[in-house]
Amino acid sequence: MAEEAPAVRLDHVTKAFGNRRVLDDVSFDVPAGSGFVILGRSGTGKSVTLRHIISLMRPDRGRVFVDGDEISALNGPELSRVRRKIGFLFQNAALFDSITVGENVAFPMRRHTKMKDAEIRKRVLERLHAVGLEREYDRMPADLSGGMRKRAGLARALALDPEILLVDEPSAGLDPITADEIDDLLLDRKKRGGVTLIVVTHNIPSGRRLGDTLAMLHDGRIIARGSAAEFDRNSDPLVRAFMTSQHAG
Amino acid sequence: MLDRVGNSAVELLASIGEASLFALKAAREIFVPPFEVRETIRQMYELGLRSAPLIAVSGVAVGVVLSMHTRASLERFGAEAMIPAGLAIVLVRETGPLTAGLLLSGRIGAGIGAELGAMRVTEQIDALEASAVDSFRYLVVTRVIACVIALPILTTIMNFTGMFGGFLAESASNGMPLGLYFRRAFSLIELTDYVPATLKTMVFGFIIATTSSYLGFNTASGTEGVGRASTKAVVFSSILIILANVILVRIIFFIFPQAAGG
Repeated sequence: MAEEAPAVRLDHVTKAFGNRRVLDDVSFDVPAGSGFVILGRSGTGKSVTLRHIISLMRPDRGRVFVDGDEISALNGPELSRVRRKIGFLFQNAALFDSITVGENVAFPMRRHTKMKDAEIRKRVLERLHAVGLEREYDRMPADLSGGMRKRAGLARALALDPEILLVDEPSAGLDPITADEIDDLLLDRKKRGGVTLIVVTHNIPSGRRLGDTLAMLHDGRIIARGSAAEFDRNSDPLVRAFMTSQHAG
Repeated sequence: MLDRVGNSAVELLASIGEASLFALKAAREIFVPPFEVRETIRQMYELGLRSAPLIAVSGVAVGVVLSMHTRASLERFGAEAMIPAGLAIVLVRETGPLTAGLLLSGRIGAGIGAELGAMRVTEQIDALEASAVDSFRYLVVTRVIACVIALPILTTIMNFTGMFGGFLAESASNGMPLGLYFRRAFSLIELTDYVPATLKTMVFGFIIATTSSYLGFNTASGTEGVGRASTKAVVFSSILIILANVILVRIIFFIFPQAAGG
């Protein structure tokens, strides 16, 4: 029987900006329905990795696969088709600031489905309810707090029921309670929706909850990979420093 | 020192090359479906209709001033009766299209540069792409189409309001009635005066939209970069419009020799 393709595969990906190599021969597989958490210090290439997975950046060398399709080689409608399988929660939510919160969530539905306005509104309200923002439907993104924006961004990322969810720093800039709420939502999508989660975070407790597998990036290379328990036993000084840091939460 | 000059020259040439490719891509994709009809209509409202008051008010002011200048010149030859026709020809052939182009490079160019620049630095353009939307078609091509359609219409508004401004000046000066003023104004205007000069503003619209979109799309360095993109959009659009106008007038005179005549 043919082996099922991983949800995401990076195959010897290298990326440099000028003389600075941000990703250096990075390879990993993320099985469908699992949680993969990328840890690492600031500027080590974590967000760049996420951007490669959705082809906002292309590798200088190597290949990126999503659900068996080589997304790093696709363009036009084929690229759009693969991207529709992916939801992306940006670090700063990146809501469209000229339209309301509701229209932000409705945007992917209007673009990629033939749903009628009433049905779209119903589904948007469901998505906003799931993140506790159903009363903010008509508000503009600029009127929301950072935490609310992030939750609205999550509602938009989930608008089309993606198979894969990329999440960039879900807890950055949030209070611990809101950060936990976001983690709960992500876990719920993973457990009940079978969504593959790929999360970039500095937050070790959050990483432990969300990740079946953790990977640590340093200087553009993956220096450790494994379960949270394996990370706890890892003797690499950098991994130990990261996992035991008092600021890791 | 020589190295720095050389590097700057190479960077400048690279930017010009990139901007040219960007404009070529926009020109090609205008005709390629699927069309973003809804967003194009929204842009026509934002960039076109909402510019109409600026153009109308400026047109009246330009008309009043031109009329005063024309009167001062023609009075010497006892040819005051020619003021409406002279003003109309000057407006329709050159002053209307160029003034509208430059005014709109300020309003629209700054707007597009700042809006797309802000979208770039706040990752909204990336969010569009991540939502499986072709950001170039959605943001750039729609604005190009809107500008190319809006500029000739706005130029026509400027021509008419300019003539109306001329009428106000004439009416205040010698009590000329509206009907007589416009009869005289249109007495010498021919289609070859209006059509080529007005259609050339489609090129101005293309220049404004592509230049400012290119600068907005390639914004870096946060809010400072947004401000720079907005300023550059106005400066480069204006310069390119003035340069393009020279070439376009030459082409119009070549194709319609009668347009060069008095």
